Amino acid sequence: MLFRIAEKTELKALFDMLAEKNTVVGPVQTDTDRKGKPLFAFEQITDQGKLRLDYTTTRLLAKRYFLPFREDLATFTVNGGDWTKDIDYHIDRPYVFFGLHACDINALNKLDKVLMGNVYPMPYYVAKRMNMFIIGIDCRPQPFCFCRSMGADTVLHGFDLFLTDIGDKYFIEVLSAGAYGIIKDLRTETPKESDHLQYMRTVAEKNKLFTARVDTTDLTKILDMEFQSPVWKQWGDKCLGCGTCANVCPTCYCYGVEETVDVGLQKARKTKSLYSCNIVDFAEVAGGHNFRPERSSRLKYRYYHKHRGFVEAYEESLCVGCGRCGEACLAGITVPEVIASVRGEEQ
Amino acid sequence: MDHRLAFHNVTPHHHKYHRKADLDSFEFTYKAEITSVYRLTEHENLYRIRIMDSEDRRHFSFRPGQFIMLEIPGVGEAPFSISSSPSNHEDIELCIRTAGNLTGVLSRAQRGMRVGIRGPFGTSFPMEHMHGGNILLIAGGLGLAPLRSPIAHVQEHRSQFDHVDIIYGAREPAQLLFKFQYEMWKKDDINLHVIVEKPDPAWTGDVGLITKVLESIIKGRDSTFIDNTYAIVCGPPVMFKFVCAMLAERGIPMQKMFVSLERRMHCGMGKCCRCNVGSTYTCLSGPVFDYWSVLNLKEAI
Ligand SMILES: Cc1cc2nc3c(=O)[nH]c(=O)nc-3n(C[C@H](O)[C@H](O)[C@H](O)COP(=O)(O)OP(=O)(O)OC[C@H]3O[C@@H](n4cnc5c(N)ncnc54)[C@H](O)[C@@H]3O)c2cc1C
Ligand code: SF4
Ligand code: SF4
Ligand code: FES
Repeated sequence: MLFRIAEKTELKALFDMLAEKNTVVGPVQTDTDRKGKPLFAFEQITDQGKLRLDYTTTRLLAKRYFLPFREDLATFTVNGGDWTKDIDYHIDRPYVFFGLHACDINALNKLDKVLMGNVYPMPYYVAKRMNMFIIGIDCRPQPFCFCRSMGADTVLHGFDLFLTDIGDKYFIEVLSAGAYGIIKDLRTETPKESDHLQYMRTVAEKNKLFTARVDTTDLTKILDMEFQSPVWKQWGDKCLGCGTCANVCPTCYCYGVEETVDVGLQKARKTKSLYSCNIVDFAEVAGGHNFRPERSSRLKYRYYHKHRGFVEAYEESLCVGCGRCGEACLAGITVPEVIASVRGEEQ
Repeated sequence: MDHRLAFHNVTPHHHKYHRKADLDSFEFTYKAEITSVYRLTEHENLYRIRIMDSEDRRHFSFRPGQFIMLEIPGVGEAPFSISSSPSNHEDIELCIRTAGNLTGVLSRAQRGMRVGIRGPFGTSFPMEHMHGGNILLIAGGLGLAPLRSPIAHVQEHRSQFDHVDIIYGAREPAQLLFKFQYEMWKKDDINLHVIVEKPDPAWTGDVGLITKVLESIIKGRDSTFIDNTYAIVCGPPVMFKFVCAMLAERGIPMQKMFVSLERRMHCGMGKCCRCNVGSTYTCLSGPVFDYWSVLNLKEAI
């Protein structure tokens, strides 16, 4: 990794350099909530003035650019009794992601393990992922953030550039050769020892701001032991089975496939839509049997997949601790509370 | 300075001989034609399906217990166990119960209808491991569909197995599948035991649950038989649970019993998560599991 230091005014130069010939996606304010707090989302931008690098967690995920909620896996041209199948991975250009937080980059790295592995890699994702230029930005922990517990508060790979605001300057981590090609046309300097110290101070300050936490010690084993624990029923009684938690989660990728015929009957399509394991028919099979009919068993399954199964497969959990699910849940179910209750800790 | 980023163009190609690691294998479909529809019972048909391209057809190979995803464009796609012999490279056979949308359209299919096939997917019954031993092939209801492929293997390699028993239970005589094959199985020195729960007036065979006939079979066998016996059990979870418990009690190690699990599946490739049992992908680590592994899966039965 290469480290550089730049004046804050260089940000505009960086943006303009990339935006001139490329499509840039970044955090913008879309609205305010009931309490007047700004709401942010990742959208395509051409004007650096719109970019809100001071954004807090976005409810609307950048995920829609690489794992869209709905996507055609194939279209068919139907001709009498015969048909042809056409496949498109739906990517025609590289995208610059300007200002992803560490948790969201870590979420991508986790998705990569499943969707880019060597057992049936998913081309719709791979093709988009190969065309991402990612600029990370440091953040201010919110009361619901527990990324530090999940080891996702910093990120070591999966981006091109990472910017940390150290007061009057940006501390820049240059990871990819492509990023180096861009950085060399900016006015940057080699960081001095005082910049290093300032960086470390900034990180230490940030770490003091975390309030939410999850104890992950021995968590896979504890989940295994507590499979029959009555706390699952209690959480299940609260859960509405709405699937919102998966919808806002940067690491959820489960889906369903449906086929439809277009009006005119000449075209058919096979469509993949992201789905949630909390929705009632997730595991229902022919004959009407449902392997997880109760909300508690489905909620439990979501936790087991993220905090046990994925850990067994990849030695890390499928949760980056962004807290979005807890914030979005109408029943107020949050990861730190659920895990604490499974561990038998009072909340 | 031009900072246009390079575009990595990943366009789909049509590969004939694709591997799991190829991007294009994800949505690769063999175009196939239904060559015959044979009515087995009121609700189940046997479909004979032929991959249209002759070279593809030659290269398509599978092992007993594996499944394919069958697609009808615009209608849907669903998993089905291959119910025919792996050595038949001309047609594959699927025994399908009419259960909903896709299977409903299939049940009205005419010869010549063109469908898509992806796969084969999943684990298989380790037939070669069982060579030299006795084998109990046990099916409940529609479970005979996936069992028919290992049965075909046994028939084709009959000298490799010592005692072979097929134990098959159905609700009523009208629901019995593959009746036309019973005589052939017997001719191949396979002991066939059929039991129904609700007999009709013409029924002369056993009546009751499958465990009843199984008990009478294994009771009479000595320990050298048991020590050298494998079992393949296909059927609904309640059925294989009781059957495997009975076999385990009689002394057959759980690693020598194999079952096939059914789960909802939308991809067959470890991506959609619909098939997960606990955190195990049934489509990748299954559908065939040994019974010890099944007992160790949270929420398996
Ligand atoms: C490994 C495996 C092997 C199978 N082998 C056979 C076989 O040999 N013969 C046979 O008749 N059936 C088999 N099945 C079951 C078969 O997949 C279902 O009958 C089929 O999906 C129903 O599709 P449908 O469109 O007709 O039903 P739908 O109209 O889609 O729905 C009917 C019911 O099926 C469930 N369902 C829908 N899609 C799926 C899906 N993709 N997977 C599972 N359930 C689903 C729904 O929840 C609903 O309750 C197998 C299933 C698996 C997982
Ligand atoms: S946990 Fe909350 S967001 Fe998730 S399904 Fe239940 S009620 Fe909906
Ligand atoms: S499970 Fe919740 S906290 Fe964890 S990554 Fe998903 S949305 Fe964020
Ligand atoms: S069927 Fe999709 S993950 Fe197994």
